[in-house]
Amino acid sequence: MVHYAVRRFGLALLILFVAVTVMFLMIRAVPGDPVQIMLGPRATPELQARLTAELALDQPIIKQLAIFYGNLLQGDLGIDVFSGRSVTSIVFQQLPHTLSLIFASIIWSATLGIALGAYAAAHPNTVIDRVTAAISVSFVAAPAFVVALLSLLIFAVHLQWFPAIGAGEGFWDRLDHLVLPSLAIGLSWVGYIARLVRASMLEVMGEPHIRTARAFGLSERRIVMIYALRIAILPVVTVIGVGMGFLLSSAVFAEIVFARPGLGKLVIDSITTRNYPVVMGSVLVSTGLFVVSTALADLINAWLDPRARAGH
Amino acid sequence: MEKPRSELSLILRGVARDPLGLMGLIIVGTIIFCALFAVWLVPYDPIAMNIKDRLQGPSLNHLLGTDQLGRDTFSRVIMGGQVALKVALPAVFGAMAIGLTLGMIAGYGPKWLDNLLMLFFDTIRSFPTVMFALAVVALVGPSLETVVLVVMATSIPTYGRVARTQTLTLRNSEFILAERAMGASMTRILGVHMLPNIIGVLAVLAAMDIPTVIALEAGLSFLGLGVKPPTPSWGALLKDGYSLIRQTPWLVVGGGLPIILATLGFTFLGESLRDVVDPKLRKNR
Repeated sequence: MVHYAVRRFGLALLILFVAVTVMFLMIRAVPGDPVQIMLGPRATPELQARLTAELALDQPIIKQLAIFYGNLLQGDLGIDVFSGRSVTSIVFQQLPHTLSLIFASIIWSATLGIALGAYAAAHPNTVIDRVTAAISVSFVAAPAFVVALLSLLIFAVHLQWFPAIGAGEGFWDRLDHLVLPSLAIGLSWVGYIARLVRASMLEVMGEPHIRTARAFGLSERRIVMIYALRIAILPVVTVIGVGMGFLLSSAVFAEIVFARPGLGKLVIDSITTRNYPVVMGSVLVSTGLFVVSTALADLINAWLDPRARAGH
Repeated sequence: MEKPRSELSLILRGVARDPLGLMGLIIVGTIIFCALFAVWLVPYDPIAMNIKDRLQGPSLNHLLGTDQLGRDTFSRVIMGGQVALKVALPAVFGAMAIGLTLGMIAGYGPKWLDNLLMLFFDTIRSFPTVMFALAVVALVGPSLETVVLVVMATSIPTYGRVARTQTLTLRNSEFILAERAMGASMTRILGVHMLPNIIGVLAVLAAMDIPTVIALEAGLSFLGLGVKPPTPSWGALLKDGYSLIRQTPWLVVGGGLPIILATLGFTFLGESLRDVVDPKLRKNR
């Protein structure tokens, strides 16, 4: 297990290293003077000279990369071009908003999806099973930002059940502000998870230990809830881990539509003001988040299911 | 590689027999028809302004109302379909072609090349799609070509991985070993013998991928980072609709419904295609 964990995290680090280097080179490969691009037409010569020295742009590219990594390892993502604040503190100030949105979405959609999937598997080919399947396919198809816009239109603007903008103050108000955005992000996951759990549940129900449980005369309810579901939800863990990038992408749109603070809003605002260090810092942090969560999902899976370890 | 016609019609018949598949075929057919003949179908010029008639609700004159500049929303929805397919089709086919080639090479070539290509795939996959798209747009500037390139780049790994797995399972099968024993070149083995066995699975993947691409294009245009105005795109309609959401619901409805319909249509078609082409895959979803 330890051996597998070390190898998996080694791979994650390698991927992260390549990804960050590619991104760094991409910025440098853009035609034109990066300082000019970063500062835009508003820049004064002194500001340009200062940034050139700060970014070490007068040095050879390998040295620039080394300096960049040196800073990165110390947690320094650069300086906001306009406010002069550190990008690290700006990004980590916004991150909790995005994370709470993502977790709220995962929690409600996984709970509902697992319940629906387990029910459908326990009662295969009934009307409810068919309806769940049809709804699953339809919901999977709905892009998060369209759902966000439509729910904003219906529940916030017309029915006025929920607030339309912001993240709220205090616990209950925050929760109230989370309802619509997390609905928009989670909706497509409900169907996806339900189908996943249904399929793996049906597989598990045919296995010997379930037959044994039946032979012991345990109630069907107990078999489903305790013995089958525990194994059947394994794929959900992996899917959520791998789906982190997808969740982050949806969160960007939900934050824009509902004017919530967060990583997505930060990136979009920074793009419009051409604040490149902030854009790159946010993209770096979200990429890191994604790589780590994928690796974690693999690890949890390997820990719960020894067969996954052997496969690698 | 030309497939015999009978096989294609067999697949289509199989899809049409499944109710969901038939619905998918109809929706996708309608969208493609509208996109092809958009110029003759639109009642108004989609970029002609008419300030006098702005922000109207649906009527017989304007089926979906008008926007803040008096442009006919229905005409913009029809033309938007053309833009969506113009982005989605080249992006998906480009990604499929590159992913297929790299995947087959990874699966058939030497181990070090396989490792290198897998690292390449994993790296691209490690960027959250929208974040990657935003970073690129921020650097290169928004345009239709940028969107196509970004979408293509982000979906190459999906096709590559599937093509690799398929190649790996086939490479030691008897008919390939026989070809090798007869001294067939690598291009011949991959192009003539492997390709027909892989292309079906990838086509299914492509059909399922198109909705994601359409949604991404619409999303970027919604953020003002995709197709530039006044080009009518579904995302641009949503952008206008969002800023006017308290004045009129019809722009959001007009931009949102075609996206949902298109996603539904391609997903139904893809699922049904998968069951027909390869029933074994059904269980793995």
